[in-house]
Amino acid sequence: MQLTTQQFADTIVVAPAGRIDHRSAAELEAALTPLLADATARRGPLVLDFSAVDYISSVGLRVLMIAARQMRAAQARLGVAALQSVVAEIFSISRFDRVLAVSGTLEEALAQSSDAALAAYRSAGRPAAT
Amino acid sequence: MKGVRFWGTRGSLPVALTATGLGHKLREVLRAARGQPLDTDADIERLLASLPFALAGTYGGHSACVQIDTGGSDYMLCDMGSGLRPFGQAALAQRAGKAQTFHIFMSHLHWDHIMGLPFFVPAFIPGNKVLIYGSHAELEMALRRQQEPPSFPVGFDTIFEGRVEFRHLEPGVTHRVAGMNVTTMLQRHTGDSYGYRFESQGKVLVYSTDSEHPLADPAHTERFVQFFRDADLVIFDAMYSLADAISVKADWGHSSNVVGVELCQLAGARRLCLTHHEPVFDDAAIDSMLAETRRLEEITRSAAPLQVSAAYDGLEIAL
Repeated sequence: MQLTTQQFADTIVVAPAGRIDHRSAAELEAALTPLLADATARRGPLVLDFSAVDYISSVGLRVLMIAARQMRAAQARLGVAALQSVVAEIFSISRFDRVLAVSGTLEEALAQSSDAALAAYRSAGRPAAT
Repeated sequence: MKGVRFWGTRGSLPVALTATGLGHKLREVLRAARGQPLDTDADIERLLASLPFALAGTYGGHSACVQIDTGGSDYMLCDMGSGLRPFGQAALAQRAGKAQTFHIFMSHLHWDHIMGLPFFVPAFIPGNKVLIYGSHAELEMALRRQQEPPSFPVGFDTIFEGRVEFRHLEPGVTHRVAGMNVTTMLQRHTGDSYGYRFESQGKVLVYSTDSEHPLADPAHTERFVQFFRDADLVIFDAMYSLADAISVKADWGHSSNVVGVELCQLAGARRLCLTHHEPVFDDAAIDSMLAETRRLEEITRSAAPLQVSAAYDGLEIAL
């Protein structure tokens, strides 16, 4: 699984790509482990940019649930942004849209994180709201 | 194996449609009938067929009981929830005066799966035989205990007079019962539960209720995929949403529609029937869950379509 990481001020943005299924969920979990440790240690926000994720299975959703639980315990914010339509439907059917903070775009998710994160994102040349 | 008929489909506790619930349905049906032709019975049937099942019918409220039509003379059932009582009445009406044999396969011994036995009238009748199969060592004890004072007024031996017998099934071993190959598999549920794979005449039926699936364990998933492999029908516990099943209701021993679809797709099963419905769900909620599950199957399909149904008391599925 391809996965990129960026930092915008206090917020870590993790962008996995492709399918998150029973084959790749463990990779996502492993990749998230140090990032979650960092975010929870400093109580900083973490956003999962799902714009390049085209499928997620129950095993992948479990990884998100664990991440959300860890972040909540540390009083840190976890957001998920930019779901493709199929993934958005899977979130809705599984009711994950009720337990995770889901934003329509990465910019909206960063606006929820902090003003500094949004400013850093915009100054990095990212387009305004799409 | 010709098919199955559901006599009880509710999880944990039987429920009944209330006067308020029925009144709501009637009002909605009458609204839908405005301006429609209703002069003939055919007009009425046409209108009813056009309505959602949640309005024109009800999923019902008996707890787990599923009849398997083997095509033979003996009856076969899975579980003895409150649905066993109406099944017993139907069996009596069908073959009154003839000795009957009932083979009943128990997923586990929780209350909602055993409460029908004290009300199973065919077991009161001399000449009939009830053979109860299961993999729990406590099978006989649990069924005798529910009829002990102060829980029930009539003792086990007093009403059954030796007509009820018990047969232990070793998990993982294929047993031959009434012309059917029967294999049980341990499932994750408090006090353990067992899934059943029935095979006969080229048909495969899987009954897998009260089963939680630890998603982080690939070996567990593979075990179930093999157990469901190429099934014509998988009857599956879909009591909770996936989010609930792995968070606030983790370790409650149940599963979700999402995991049901995934396991059946991985196993190449042909049909999935969701059951063990959450008692707090009304008919509209189960209708909605069914529509969502069908949509999930559609958007995640990578091979032949998986047909999805939601069980209701009285549903018959041909195999």
